[in-house]
Amino acid sequence: MTSVIDQSVEQELIGDSGLDRDFLNKTLNSIYQNKVDLADLYFQSSQHESWMLEDGIVKEGSYNIERGVGVRVISGEKTGFSYSDDISALSLTKAADAAKGIADSGQSARVQIFTPQKGISAYQAIEPLSSLSQEQKITLMHEVEAHARATDKRVQQVIVSLSGVYEKILVAASDGTYATDIRPLVRLNCSVLVEENGKRERGGSGGGARTDYSYFFELVSGKARYLSYAEEAVRQALVNLVAIASPAGVLPVVLGPGWPGVLLHEAVGHGLEGDFNRKGSSAFSGKIGQKVASEHCTIVDDGTMANRRGSLNIDDEGTPGQYNVLIEKGILKGYMQDKHNAALMGVKPTGNGRRESYAHLPMPRMTNTYMLAGEHDPQDIIKSVKKGIYAPNFSGGQVDITSGKFVFTSSEAYLIENGEITSPIKGATLIGSGPEAMKNVSMVGNDLKLDAGVGVCGKDGQSVPVGVGQPTLKIDEMTIGGTQ
Amino acid sequence: MTEQNSLTEQLEQVKNRVNKVLELAKELGADGAEVAMSRTQGLSVGTRLGEVENVEFTNDGALGITVYQGGRKGSASTADLSENALKQTVQAAVNIAKYTSVDDCSGLADKELLAMNPQDLDLHHPKVLSTEQAIELAKACENEALSFDKRITNSDGATLDSFEGFKVYGNSHGQLVGYPSSRHSLSCVAIASDGDEMQRDYAYSVNRDFDLLDNGEDIGRQAAKEVLSRLNAQKLPTGKVPVMFRADVANSIFGHFIAAISGGNLYRKSSFLMDALGSQVFPKFLTIEERPHLKKALASSAFDSEGVITQDRNIITAGVLDTYLLTSYSARKLGLTTTGHAGGIHNWLVSSNGGDFDAMLKKLGTGLLVTELMGQGVNVLTGDYSRGAAGFWVENGEIAYPVAEITIAGTLQNIFKGLVAIGSDVDLRGSIRTGSLIIEEMQVAGN
Repeated sequence: MTSVIDQSVEQELIGDSGLDRDFLNKTLNSIYQNKVDLADLYFQSSQHESWMLEDGIVKEGSYNIERGVGVRVISGEKTGFSYSDDISALSLTKAADAAKGIADSGQSARVQIFTPQKGISAYQAIEPLSSLSQEQKITLMHEVEAHARATDKRVQQVIVSLSGVYEKILVAASDGTYATDIRPLVRLNCSVLVEENGKRERGGSGGGARTDYSYFFELVSGKARYLSYAEEAVRQALVNLVAIASPAGVLPVVLGPGWPGVLLHEAVGHGLEGDFNRKGSSAFSGKIGQKVASEHCTIVDDGTMANRRGSLNIDDEGTPGQYNVLIEKGILKGYMQDKHNAALMGVKPTGNGRRESYAHLPMPRMTNTYMLAGEHDPQDIIKSVKKGIYAPNFSGGQVDITSGKFVFTSSEAYLIENGEITSPIKGATLIGSGPEAMKNVSMVGNDLKLDAGVGVCGKDGQSVPVGVGQPTLKIDEMTIGGTQ
Repeated sequence: MTEQNSLTEQLEQVKNRVNKVLELAKELGADGAEVAMSRTQGLSVGTRLGEVENVEFTNDGALGITVYQGGRKGSASTADLSENALKQTVQAAVNIAKYTSVDDCSGLADKELLAMNPQDLDLHHPKVLSTEQAIELAKACENEALSFDKRITNSDGATLDSFEGFKVYGNSHGQLVGYPSSRHSLSCVAIASDGDEMQRDYAYSVNRDFDLLDNGEDIGRQAAKEVLSRLNAQKLPTGKVPVMFRADVANSIFGHFIAAISGGNLYRKSSFLMDALGSQVFPKFLTIEERPHLKKALASSAFDSEGVITQDRNIITAGVLDTYLLTSYSARKLGLTTTGHAGGIHNWLVSSNGGDFDAMLKKLGTGLLVTELMGQGVNVLTGDYSRGAAGFWVENGEIAYPVAEITIAGTLQNIFKGLVAIGSDVDLRGSIRTGSLIIEEMQVAGN
């Protein structure tokens, strides 16, 4: 029965502080009474390292440790929350006392007996930080720089950053949840400055996954990932060096595969998070079963993908990671939920309850959000556009979930003229309304791709790693924020 | 009062601890070290539709150390402040310094620039507030928004935050300084609808001194007015028009300017304002003064995050760039002296020549008033600017109708040079105190 719990995590997060399951159960019992719907304890420890190489020297290195416990009590729509960076019987009791203040006192009730739960196996329980020696990490960064400089002589400057996270969590809740997870995460990035005839531009590329540093040495199409990041950064910078002004106004837009899926993250993803829909504050509120996108669009949020940056064996409430269909052939199927919002809306949690750390409250958040492949050859999609833009890379986006208005900013884009990709154009912000933009998706490619593992999503001041993806797709009309 | 005492006592204990950590770094072989430690505690209460939504008790602490060893640097931090964890943290920083490279420019700030006896800037005004009192204040604020108009159909609630804490900084030059501070805020997000359209907007007040916060009812009413004014927004036709940035978004323009004159971007040749020192960057009417020592102000500090003393200085005089914003490291890279900007700027006062908000609208005449910006489409290396926007179309100095789903674009070079007027309607809630701005012309993309 206990084999599904990682003993080492349990030992480190509670055992080493003199706590055990009985004590957690007693603590939950002390705050659980008939007016309380859910109480949970979230123990977390993380080790994080980061390295930065610039101008040929390793300039920065840092190592950060975090460790603590959060106590949450939910009564109806109310949430009480307290946390401590000290894991001990005393601090846990104090935090529990503070958090339970929100619930009107009622009769005491008994919490469920802990049922150790097994998550899915989207990634392995590995410690990534020591998967390379310090010397090997330094060598890796130097090699990325050397490769970037060797790729083109216009490269003037290279910045390489490498980071790794080793996180362990344990969740215990009044509904009987008892679960642990070990979450590795690594990331490598290369940023270059190129210069020609006094004109300078930057380009950047990188990737990462929930695995160890050996990921960067794996071959993709015959080339090691860390070398391809260097080449891609240089390529993007050189494209921007010759970019002309971007057009201003309404045009058809073809988005490339992979990272441009940030479109889905902003245009529909946030608007389908359970909290906004429970409160009726999203442009998608109350629209389950309705057509909210063109019939070409099937969009999922998938926490189960192997080793992906946004994947979760269990979410931060102990619910196993899931594959959730959000929109199927244009029809809205469901929202992403944590336990609190799911209970209030009378549905099941979907494995989307996430928090930045023990010091933050969980909320419904995305994992890996992407659109399924369609039937078109990407070349045919581009050929179908007389005058428009093709945008294969973006720097980020933002959405107002209530009005549905969203933006995302291209970092690499081209004009399409008479069905051909022609001049590169400068980065520009694209703006639209989520529901309208999705109804204007008229062609979807057969080339589904996920991003390289670089996404960070911010909501209410909390950052979590996420993934996005999509095939090449065409939106018939979007407003392009250029200067011409 | 007891809480205040306990925080002050904690601060003294932490100073001792910082000293011990510095000694430990020395024992482990560091030839230089600096340690920063912070603590924040307080209460955050949210209400929604008249009911309590969240009660959060904040209690954050962290210690960060940077060690230097023969020109190499290593950093480590921890949120676990037990003696054992602190030891591990120092050891981790020392270990990392074995693998970083020798960098002639790295190291502590020069000793003669340090604030050894920093002045008190009156930043600590804790409020003893029960959870019930906080709930009542948030409820009253939100209730005013909800009852303001029947088109206010929903709310994302009101939030009252009340935090106090301290920062301690010490280094192996013998500097050991710290100060307590407080920060209180009250905000409200109202949602309005009309037919199929739904909009959100917010209002807030923030202050070091709780008693100087705006009245909660006023904040609620303001949030309601803001969101109602956005209903029935239209797009604009694509074209070039004069643009006014309302004071609460005008500071973003100076935010991009800050990035462009920051040492990190300059030594990396990643700013369009490289070599701009002493040259005309803005029109002659513009002056920006930095005043780090304003009592009770939100961006006041007597020393920067390297312990360097902060001082009054002009950033822009009559449109000419007087200084870059440097840390010890970026200054050494550029062959200059630090300006005390490690960790950011301190209160900026932007001059005004345009009168109040209504006078500014008259000056704009016919054009776009921007009240919201979306996205980060700004490239400080090239100056290229393209962001999503919402606001109002203004005709002959009067607001005509709300606009949304448009972009504004141009270059920061032209935005800075094309600055026509700055209003006296100064927003005091941030580190950049500016009124509304009028830019001669920008490209709008809409229909």
